[in-house]
Amino acid sequence: MSQLLPKLPLDDWIEAIVEGLDEHLGVVFDLISVGIGGLVDLFQAILTGLPFWIVILLFALIAYRAGKWTMALFTFIGLLLIQNLGYWEHSMETLALVLTAALISVVIGIPTGIWCAKNESVQRVVTPLLDFMQTMPAFVYLIPAIFFFGLGKVPGVIASVIFAMPPTIRLTNLGIRQVPSDLIEASDAFGSTYWQKLTKVQLPIARTTMMAGINQSIMLALSMVVIASMIGAKGLGADVYRAVTQINIGQGFEAGLAIVILAILLDRITQGVGKRKKA
Amino acid sequence: MPKIKVENLTKIFGRQPGRALPFVKQGKTKAEILQETGLTLGVNQASFEVHAGEIFVIMGLSGSGKSTLVRLLNRLIEPTEGRILIDGADIVRMNAEQLQQVRRKKLGMVFQKFALFPHRTVLENAAYGLEIQNLPKSEQEQKAKQTLELVGLGGWEQSYPDQLSGGMQQRVGLARALANDPDVLLMDEALSALDPLIRKDMQDELLELQSAMQRTIIFITHDLDEALKIGDRIALMKDGAIVQIGTPEEILTNPANEYVERFVEDVDRSKVLTAEHVMKRAETITLDRGPRVALQIMRDRGVSSLYVVDRKKTLLGVLTADAVNDAKQTGKSLEAVLRTDVPKVGPQTLLNELFDLVAFSDIPVAVTGEHDRLLGVIVKGSVLGGLAGKVNLESALPTEEEGQVDAE
Repeated sequence: MSQLLPKLPLDDWIEAIVEGLDEHLGVVFDLISVGIGGLVDLFQAILTGLPFWIVILLFALIAYRAGKWTMALFTFIGLLLIQNLGYWEHSMETLALVLTAALISVVIGIPTGIWCAKNESVQRVVTPLLDFMQTMPAFVYLIPAIFFFGLGKVPGVIASVIFAMPPTIRLTNLGIRQVPSDLIEASDAFGSTYWQKLTKVQLPIARTTMMAGINQSIMLALSMVVIASMIGAKGLGADVYRAVTQINIGQGFEAGLAIVILAILLDRITQGVGKRKKA
Repeated sequence: MPKIKVENLTKIFGRQPGRALPFVKQGKTKAEILQETGLTLGVNQASFEVHAGEIFVIMGLSGSGKSTLVRLLNRLIEPTEGRILIDGADIVRMNAEQLQQVRRKKLGMVFQKFALFPHRTVLENAAYGLEIQNLPKSEQEQKAKQTLELVGLGGWEQSYPDQLSGGMQQRVGLARALANDPDVLLMDEALSALDPLIRKDMQDELLELQSAMQRTIIFITHDLDEALKIGDRIALMKDGAIVQIGTPEEILTNPANEYVERFVEDVDRSKVLTAEHVMKRAETITLDRGPRVALQIMRDRGVSSLYVVDRKKTLLGVLTADAVNDAKQTGKSLEAVLRTDVPKVGPQTLLNELFDLVAFSDIPVAVTGEHDRLLGVIVKGSVLGGLAGKVNLESALPTEEEGQVDAE
């Protein structure tokens, strides 16, 4: 059946926009590329440069500070297992990607969330944008990311940031809006400036909610980093990908298990930080 | 100059509130304005003055606009129209920075649900107003500590609000408001969330604190008993407008209209009226008279006891009819049969403290002023009359001439 109207050339438009951007903003993309690449390399250098047992003890200590000793024990055994299976290097590469993506998500996401909480119009614009970012199949981001940044870890991080940032923005916004109105009134009534109100009342009270957002962002970043191995980001995702293409069940399971251990570890530690300090 | 002068203060909620202003000026009611413009009239042309050191109570039922009114005073809610002069400066016209300064230096606020910061210790809560003025840390802590002691919370500095009872939490709220030494204290239903016993204690403590510190307090409440107890003057609100302003006695004895009358109908008068309001003129005699004269006066006035005073009206004792009869028959002087253990109270004694005394006394209770000067007497009937709303107005107080009866 023929169409009533000719098809909208949406695909052509998007391509034209992407090409135009690449042409005119190439320098900007190069700068971003260098910055992100440097950050990933830095994390990776630290995580793989140190002897593995120091890193394991370090993580166990962080887990202990954030939660309970059981958590520290799990961290210790889990990471030791990863090392034993021979996935240490790749796990640390993945972790470096996740940390970079999470850091960027937080650095951009929290101020954006604060802005949304302050300004209704900003919230009205940002909310559908976030819906879009979260529901568009994650693979689709890989395409323009490759276009601008080539193959490798940088487009992987970019795609992860886009996919992982929305929860941080949403929950920062929500956390601030949920601060009881009488506390806001109290803060105003004593003559606080906007900045004082934000830092002394709103952010501390919104903290638990915000940490939940950051936790989700980190988990999403991890899942996306694994997918990003398809475009050449290294790490555990590449192992999984290889196992899938070779139908190698054993290797797939091992690499998958390493990802699960990392996921549990990141999740519990960030949750612990969110809950702590409420005596 | 009044500490606070409010003129024509109006708040209309909704989009383009200016639309409703002409209707407000025409004197349309809240309901009419809502119907014609879809806007809600929060406060309707309120005007009043508050003097330094006074407790000014704004009272009304929920929805009467009292909480809106108090928030207009520090512009937590922006007024639609009107002027608010604090020490002569109109805060409605102030820019954000000037307003911040006024809020920091002159206006303290206490909230109904305490509104304490849950992530801060008691000390940090009390110091909040000082902290945002960027005072040195040591000064903040010292002042906050002092204020916490003032409200009886010494030793709780390091606790968190959720570890304290409601009454203690509100003390923290009060300390936070007092710490930056404001001239004016805005108290929005500050005691309403407390349970009744704690609430009475807090009322007493507030009055005690106030007698020591002499702030100007604007106190919002929906509880008439509370208003009558702590208010120097009371403004009654209905539908956003102030219906009557007056002292507790004026409101009770002289309600401006039917609304106020209905409002005060159920009030426990015994907690407001004093001995002065219900006392009667005393039948008196001086000691230089004889028993026959005394008996004659009793017969004439239809009483069974006479109060004995000297020329300066100082109360000396009481003569009962039986005692005078006895004196007449045995030839004793009046002085010999004088009873000096007279039940007496001051003119400011509340009625509810009089019940026992009056009920179990066989003679009228004397009301005495300074130097035991007899002002009047209270009999059982006058207490009941007072409870039923029959009270002396200023003019009904006994005067020099009629207070003393001399038999010529």
